Amino acid sequence: MALTTATHPDRPSAAGIQPSRSMRARMQDALPKLVLAPSFAITLIFVYGFILWTIYLSFTNSKAFPKYVLTDARAYQRLWRWTFESDPPSSWYTSITNMGIFGVLYIAICLGLGLLIAILLDQKIRGEGLLRPIYLYPMALSFIVTGVAWKWFLDPGLGLEQTLHQWGWTSFHFDWIKNKDFVIYTVVIAGVWQASGFVMAMFLAGLRGIDSEIVKASQIDGASTFQLYRRIIIPLLRPVFLSALIVLAHMAIKSYDLVVALTSGGPGGSAWLPSNFMYEYTFKRNEMAVGSASAVIMLATISAIIVPYLYSELREKAR
Amino acid sequence: MMRKLMMAAAMLATTALTAHADDVKEVQMLHWWTSGGEAAALNVLKQDLATEGYTWKDVPVAGGGGDAAMTALKAMVAAGNPPTASQMLGYTVLDYAEAGKMGDLTETAVAEGWDKAVPAALQKFAVYDGKWVAAPVNVHSVNWLWINKAVMDKIGGTEPKTFDDFIALLDKAKAAGVTPLALGGQNWQEATMFDSVVLSTGGPEFYKKAFNDLDEDALKSDTMKKSFDNLAKLKTYVDPNFSGRDWNLATAMVINGDALVQVMGDWAKGEFVAAKKVPGTDFLCYRFPGTDGSVIYNSDMFGMFDVPDDRKAAQIALAKATLSKSFQSAFNVVKGSVPARTDVPDTDFDACGKKGIADLKAANEGGTLFGSFAQGYGAPPAVANAYKDVVSKFVHGQITSSDQAVDELVKAIDDAK
Amino acid sequence: MSAALAASRRTPGSSIVPRIVIYGLLIFFALIYLIPFFVMLVTSLKTMPEIQQGNMLALPKAPTIDPWIRAWGEACVGLTCEGIHGYFWNSIKMVVPAVAISTILGALNGYVLTKWRFKGHKLVFGLMLFACFIPFQAVLLPMATVLGEFGQIGKALTNATGFAFGFGNPTVNLVFVHVVYGLGFTTLFFRNYYEAFPTELVKAAMVDGASFFQIFRRVLLPNSLPIIVVTVIYQFTNIWNDFLFASAYAGSGDVMPMTVALNNVVNTSTGVVEYNVNMAAAMIAAMPTLLVYVLAGRYFVRGLMAGAVKG
Repeated sequence: MALTTATHPDRPSAAGIQPSRSMRARMQDALPKLVLAPSFAITLIFVYGFILWTIYLSFTNSKAFPKYVLTDARAYQRLWRWTFESDPPSSWYTSITNMGIFGVLYIAICLGLGLLIAILLDQKIRGEGLLRPIYLYPMALSFIVTGVAWKWFLDPGLGLEQTLHQWGWTSFHFDWIKNKDFVIYTVVIAGVWQASGFVMAMFLAGLRGIDSEIVKASQIDGASTFQLYRRIIIPLLRPVFLSALIVLAHMAIKSYDLVVALTSGGPGGSAWLPSNFMYEYTFKRNEMAVGSASAVIMLATISAIIVPYLYSELREKAR
Repeated sequence: MMRKLMMAAAMLATTALTAHADDVKEVQMLHWWTSGGEAAALNVLKQDLATEGYTWKDVPVAGGGGDAAMTALKAMVAAGNPPTASQMLGYTVLDYAEAGKMGDLTETAVAEGWDKAVPAALQKFAVYDGKWVAAPVNVHSVNWLWINKAVMDKIGGTEPKTFDDFIALLDKAKAAGVTPLALGGQNWQEATMFDSVVLSTGGPEFYKKAFNDLDEDALKSDTMKKSFDNLAKLKTYVDPNFSGRDWNLATAMVINGDALVQVMGDWAKGEFVAAKKVPGTDFLCYRFPGTDGSVIYNSDMFGMFDVPDDRKAAQIALAKATLSKSFQSAFNVVKGSVPARTDVPDTDFDACGKKGIADLKAANEGGTLFGSFAQGYGAPPAVANAYKDVVSKFVHGQITSSDQAVDELVKAIDDAK
Repeated sequence: MSAALAASRRTPGSSIVPRIVIYGLLIFFALIYLIPFFVMLVTSLKTMPEIQQGNMLALPKAPTIDPWIRAWGEACVGLTCEGIHGYFWNSIKMVVPAVAISTILGALNGYVLTKWRFKGHKLVFGLMLFACFIPFQAVLLPMATVLGEFGQIGKALTNATGFAFGFGNPTVNLVFVHVVYGLGFTTLFFRNYYEAFPTELVKAAMVDGASFFQIFRRVLLPNSLPIIVVTVIYQFTNIWNDFLFASAYAGSGDVMPMTVALNNVVNTSTGVVEYNVNMAAAMIAAMPTLLVYVLAGRYFVRGLMAGAVKG
């Protein structure tokens, strides 16, 4: 926060000497804000403006196209009712429970696996340059590309199960992608495959950035490797955990293509996530009010999770 | 670094400065027919228009049976920049017409005599508020069985006339170790099959009441319950890996003799034709048992948008070419469907096509031509998808009994109305 | 360099056995990560009969590059059957300016938000960061309306001056959209990086009388390579792989980006699905992003290390 004063280093000398000089100084003062202004304005309009627009639509009777006459909160009433319809599960119930399962597993496994591989890779590995891109490449591919390959691989009639049967392991059984209760876990598998390498890279960078003096000191104290990681190194990676969490959370929320490419919605719609729900209702079912309401609920949930985090992080920086 | 970025910016500027193309003589066409046979058929239209001096601006967006294309269409229309025409289905046309986005082809329609040639059932979707807003391209029919003849001969089966016959036939195939029923476990395929099951179980009157008029008594009747029970029976003849399978892979199972029969719309015939199979010798087309005499249809339409006046000439040319007898015949021979006008000669069609044309004509005259609920010709998308949800949840076990299925159906349809 | 490695080296018991376990695990994971790629590669080299009968993991018995040739020059994207090679240029034309502009803006924003702070800078940053979380499906239609307005401006400009200056051009529209929704990320990356950048250097330059832009160009930019690499890679892959905006705002054949073309090749609604051609097309389409990751992977980790991961 000391930086704030740095903004005006020349003000005392500039003040009141020459009008033109003062103009320049004032220009200098305003310039940073002017530079930032377009980006901020764009964000305000095209993110927050559109959020307001979505909130507005959720209280209308919009169907195929936006209607701007406010009606009532029927869209929310319907979502609220669907939230508790579990037998048979409503599409909304399926979507939000899946989001819970997917969100927790996806983020947890990506973090765990990413950290594990990063630690392994940080043991002065020969061929690191060869291995690293292998873990990273899934992030480079869109799911339009890899969805087909994954779909095949998980299909019991074509992929892993059939292959192992041909190789003689005939009792092997793996049909999650065809099973309404397990299909969401195949989405987790593919999602983890795609994102964990990126998380690994973040952790690897974090590990490489740790001050070696700290490590040396603890070794002199006789800590074992395991203790070293548990007590010293992993706690030092806290900022990486938080950054990775932001990246993963935003990817989890936007995981729309993943579900479509891999499962086309799953048996009886059992693989839906809220983003699929929103897309279906807005574009396919022409129930734009319901689609908008679901988007609002998603955003509200995200802000309930993210805003406190942002707040605490940014506050901490201020100290 | 900076210099490179400057170059990029300069590059952007050059692309930006290219002047507007002259789009007056241009037909912009949004569609999801991107694969071999359909694209070839559409090329006929492109060439027809080329001879009249119109260029074709292709806007193909494949995937999800038109889902992605419909999203793109909505964005184009929202931007106030609609294509000349777009491939559309049933109630979607009416939704856009209601929102005031469609053009008016009535003059052309009257001059070309579409009112007489196009079946009234199709006009319900092509005409809104007395104005022609779309040009129907074809009529698909949903209540068909597609059977591999070699397998049929092997098990000694004959054409099933009733639902019980059908079950007996499936049993024979099962006993012979062939997958009896090829089904793709996606909601629209399951619901498309269920359309036929309901027509077979309840008869034409019942189908119309339940699935076109959405009559609540019919929807919660015992007949509907029995239809769900029949669907459950059919499901026992499906292989365990059916879930999520694409429809054309299910058709391929029949073509290759891995399965006996598929219940599917006549677009499946396009697959047999593409695989060089001949009706009567390689495969058989029967009406779904108990539905002979009725036709459950859906139709691809070219929705015509409200374009600026200078683009209207191109639009009219496209509409005329679409409903010309020569294009109707050429296109539908390839696509597996039948012409959208009843006065097109059936000479170029194969046996199944000829039967389809005759059936359509009879159903049109006899009042047994019904819109497919699953394909969006029975009710608006919100309701149709609610229906597909229920059928699919029943097939995949989230809904566990036919009693529950009927309750859910009534509730879901009521909710979406 | 690595502290952790030094640790494991000196720990008693870190003999040959743990090394084998470490290598074993790494190779095991690598193999699993490679499976989808392997499946795609071998499939793209097989003939259709072999795909239909054979094992998906088996090596091709008679490898053929025919599917690659077909995907490159013959596969049908709608009514034109000229393969997917023509769509590279459409994508590049859109991706390069979008990445360049969003990166420059992100860098400037990061610079202002760390070195020229003003009252409320945290709120501004927080709002821009939260913008990363907006689901794109929700902005598709309002954005289309805005782009439609741009088109109207373009028409008016064309009437007045003969040029539209990019208004209404689908490629420019896509660039705009990707810049708008990429700003949050680029600003985040640069802000976190510049946060750690020594302020003393900036102060010194100020005392020397350097202007706002001079400091940015002479002091910060020369030291920003790692984070530029990270940002460019991140933006490049995201924008290259985008399908939703591309199909909605630039679906017509002459401006269609690669992902839309690929989607049209892969999602055939009828006919025999040519998996080998699809896989080859998919790999061709992914070539630029793959190349970027493999070639720049090392700088990527270095760039992350240099500051992007510091919360």
